[in-house]
Amino acid sequence: MSALLAVESLERAFGGVRAVDGASFEVRAGEVHGLIGPNGAGKTTVINMVSGLLAPTGGRIRLEGREIQALAPHRVAALGVARTFQNIRLFSDLTARDNVLVGEHRVRKASLGARLLLLPAAREEERRARGQALALLERIGLADRAHERARNLSYGEQRRVEIARALAADPRLLLLDEPTAGMNPVEVQAVATLIRKVAAEGHAVLLIEHNVKLVMDVCDRITVLDFGKVIAEGAPAEVARHPAVIAAYLGSGA
Amino acid sequence: MEALRDLYLTYQSTLGYIGLNSLLALSVYATLSCGQLALSNAGFMAIGAYAATLLTKEAALPFPLALAAGALLPALVAVPLGLPVLRLRGVFLAIATIGFGEVVRLGIVNWEYVNGAQGIVAIPQKTSLWMIFLAVAAVLFVMARLRGSKWGFALEAIREDEPAARTMGIPSTAYKLAMLVLGAAIAGLAGGLEAHFTFMVAPNGFSFGRVVDMLVFAVVGGTARYWGPVLGAAFLTLLPELLRELAPLVGIEPGPLRLMVNGLVLLAVILFLPNGMVSLPDRLRERRAARRAAA
Repeated sequence: MSALLAVESLERAFGGVRAVDGASFEVRAGEVHGLIGPNGAGKTTVINMVSGLLAPTGGRIRLEGREIQALAPHRVAALGVARTFQNIRLFSDLTARDNVLVGEHRVRKASLGARLLLLPAAREEERRARGQALALLERIGLADRAHERARNLSYGEQRRVEIARALAADPRLLLLDEPTAGMNPVEVQAVATLIRKVAAEGHAVLLIEHNVKLVMDVCDRITVLDFGKVIAEGAPAEVARHPAVIAAYLGSGA
Repeated sequence: MEALRDLYLTYQSTLGYIGLNSLLALSVYATLSCGQLALSNAGFMAIGAYAATLLTKEAALPFPLALAAGALLPALVAVPLGLPVLRLRGVFLAIATIGFGEVVRLGIVNWEYVNGAQGIVAIPQKTSLWMIFLAVAAVLFVMARLRGSKWGFALEAIREDEPAARTMGIPSTAYKLAMLVLGAAIAGLAGGLEAHFTFMVAPNGFSFGRVVDMLVFAVVGGTARYWGPVLGAAFLTLLPELLRELAPLVGIEPGPLRLMVNGLVLLAVILFLPNGMVSLPDRLRERRAARRAAA
């Protein structure tokens, strides 16, 4: 299978600190790929570079063979990459539904002229977009909260709205940065099911997660980072047995 | 009938200024709606006022064409201005755009063809009240159609969290530039209308204080709704007129009182109603709900 995303010798230095230090890995179409590692391993830095928010200081990022490391975030998004944020970044004054509508920005084919001239085509397009947003909220189990402002939602609800907002762009690659942090076990299970379904529909998922059980359950393959370097890669069972991974998580003196 | 005519003549200028100030407040609101504090609008207004005036006075162009040119020219100027300065954030953008306004003003002061600091007088009166209010209505219509649309949500997203908005495929620089250009066109239109309403233009009418006025209208009215700036402009334009009537009754000079009251209103709004007059109904509703919950 060919790689959808190829990260090649990626580097990012902050002053003297090399947060990401020559990391390489690939995400294939339709797979759930875990990116794990201890705190400070450079996982979020990798996702920030893939989504274009942060420029690498070295290396390449390819999406279907095309180099994207120098592209602005909205151009990366236009190529079919969507993400969630570790520190939730919903538009807090907008309702849950309107947040998802913002997520649809890239895929909406609306015409400003039609909107200004009150044409029925514009109303039709908006009706469809709102319908899609509500369908996505239904999918993450928040249809009844659609008209609540994002800031009034619970932590777990906010994380789910972020996932819906990212899915609204119909991405080929979905980057999830700790999607279940702060969720209760029921919510975690629901997100795990959702991730599997999303992958089954053909979206590739790159998942950063600290919940080990979730990672083992939903990932097809896992890349382990430590101090910005890839220390292990493979199927969940292989990675869990890997001596370098055990050393990184438990300390090498153990 | 006669009395009504007198009333109209007395308050024609006040009504006109309610409309003109509404346009100016909306021109500042355009960039505020995507979170950018750009203070170049007195400069844009000056460009529009002088362009329209020269076209009617020197080139004898029909008034609508001159007004259109007065809106178009600052909009064109806004593009090369916006491309570099919109990279700046917050107070740095404000400072750079204040600089632009001063460059325009000083350019006019030193331009002999337009009488420098003296300004141009005896401009034909061509602006009627209905033109001003038609312009306000047209701008409000555009703002209303943007709200709740794909583009309106994109602007709100940029205002709340620009990097996050960009990861959703929103080209934020293009949006910010578009709103600067729209604001410039509105300010330029207001400039052309004002010049042909008061029969004169002079550079000291486009000083830093002018853009502060525009910003105060928008802030006092509130920028959470597109009609907030109009509310603020109307209120703060009427206030001095009211004071002029009321002050003598209590035996004070209205002149110095005016600035003081304007300052006090701004202070009161920022302290007690930070989201402006438009947030008053929500505030009262919350209050009542809280009182009911307490009871």
